[in-house]
Amino acid sequence: MEQVLQQLINGISLGSIYALIALGYTMVYGIINLINFAHGDIYMIGAYIGFACTTFLGMSFIPALIVSMISTAVLGVIVEKVAYKPIRKSTRIAALITAISVSLFLEYGMMYFVKPETRTFPEVLSSKNITLGNLIVNNKDIYIVIITVVMMLVLQYVIHKTKIGMAMRATSMDSEAAQLMGISVDNTISTTFAIGSCLAGAAGVLVGVYYNSIDPLMGMMPGIKAFIAAVIGGIGIIPGAMFGGYLLGITETMVSAYGYSLYKDAVAFAILIFMLLIKPKGLFGKNVREKV
Amino acid sequence: MRILNKKNIIAVLFILLIYAAGEIMLRQGIIDSYIELNIILIGINIILAVGLNLVTGFTGQFSLGHAAFMAVGAYTSAILTAKFNQPFIVAIIFSAIAAALAGVIIGIPTLRLKGDYLAIATLGFGEIVKILALNIDYIGGARGFMDIPKYTNWTWIYFMVVLSIVVIKNFIDSRGGRACISISQDETAAEAMGINTTKYKILAFVIGAFFAGIAGALYANYFYFIKPDSFGYMKSIDILVIVVFGGMGSIAGSVVGAIVLSLISLFLQSIPELRMVIYAVILFLIMVYRPQGLLGKGEIKLKFLRKRVA
Repeated sequence: MEQVLQQLINGISLGSIYALIALGYTMVYGIINLINFAHGDIYMIGAYIGFACTTFLGMSFIPALIVSMISTAVLGVIVEKVAYKPIRKSTRIAALITAISVSLFLEYGMMYFVKPETRTFPEVLSSKNITLGNLIVNNKDIYIVIITVVMMLVLQYVIHKTKIGMAMRATSMDSEAAQLMGISVDNTISTTFAIGSCLAGAAGVLVGVYYNSIDPLMGMMPGIKAFIAAVIGGIGIIPGAMFGGYLLGITETMVSAYGYSLYKDAVAFAILIFMLLIKPKGLFGKNVREKV
Repeated sequence: MRILNKKNIIAVLFILLIYAAGEIMLRQGIIDSYIELNIILIGINIILAVGLNLVTGFTGQFSLGHAAFMAVGAYTSAILTAKFNQPFIVAIIFSAIAAALAGVIIGIPTLRLKGDYLAIATLGFGEIVKILALNIDYIGGARGFMDIPKYTNWTWIYFMVVLSIVVIKNFIDSRGGRACISISQDETAAEAMGINTTKYKILAFVIGAFFAGIAGALYANYFYFIKPDSFGYMKSIDILVIVVFGGMGSIAGSVVGAIVLSLISLFLQSIPELRMVIYAVILFLIMVYRPQGLLGKGEIKLKFLRKRVA
């Protein structure tokens, strides 16, 4: 039982990371129906910016996190304006391949600048273990969970209580009608990318701090996992993405903890396929009847 | 009888002529082993792309798991030739059948999904196949499968490419092929016209998998060595890129796409650090300025397919 609880704590930390990345996926998919494959790479670049800030500029954790979030938000908007805007009207498959090309560009462009080797993230948070009964909780776990929860609450507030959030919801519902109501669809989409990328950047720094190692291809698998999380929760639905992220993180840690770590990716994909087969719209999704 | 008409005879003669030309150049040493390697790679890519084009281009079903079928074929052939000393032709046939069976198993549950969901589900299945291969010791696991006899040569690759193109071309021109094309245009309407959409989607998927299995066998028996990581989703994306680059719904496009992309990556080999970056930029420019691919729907009759494949 204690082992289960201990793994649950580790799982929640990993799940928080997935949830943060999944939010960006789900928001972008909700608004322009595009699987933004480059999202995982924005997360990677966020980790590198955090690395640069702490190692070369000697910043502490919170300032580095903020700098990284702002930079990835800008990067997200640039990616959207340069790469995704021209293909907004094109076919699904062209959009998908464009997203893949952007992802490759970011991965290998980054690899060119920072070299392919794995780097060690500096210890910006001194590791302290807190014991609760027989459980060990690291203060990094607490930081990750608190930061994630705060960001999610802010995001919920932005989406449900502010004007730009309303514009985002309207655009994802029907972008043409939203435009007729005087919403600038272009700006709304850019804002969505900015918010999503900024969350991914935060996730990147948190991963760097938590696992202490970063490399230019680190975004590939978490990117896909986060997409799985978004699909599990129902794509386009924000609480769904959070739930999916935590579910996936916890499942993965449990699978690894019981000796099947080689199969943890397979389990994630199996959950995805199972989910798609029984409830393709995700756990929180509503079924929409298709009309001819 | 009717199969021996003038057009077919000319086509056969033309095919044999190209084969003979290639064979002579190989014997004379005009084609050295480096060029031969690239020709073999292009051939394997053509087979994969033509098969995937049937699924994605003609039937309109996104698949990001095509490399998984290649993996099934490659491992089947490796086991049969290296562990059971079977002749290559037997290995190829069994590889194709094994991959086709994998196609049935993966196709039946996933093809109920549409668009991006199907893409992600096939990607997931592809990764599961890869992870299984990584964890089975009998086939080498993560270390890879070594000492596979080398059988693939110009003759095998050429006739397998011809076989795949002829079979898929004829399938597309058949009743089944028209059913597939109608599904890609409007699945609901096709169903209303009495087409068993599930059946034809799975059929297209299985035919694509069958040829991917052949491609896998050719690959395994050329390189002596295979490892699960060669069949990850990046490989599936490579194949999809060839199909889209050449033109979805154009077999000639897939052939041209495989050749042009191989040549591009060949030229980029001199600048290894920036190779993938330039590749990404080229891909991006093609998608923005010519999203229908190099040849579009290329093959004269298929103009109407232009519509959005969603």
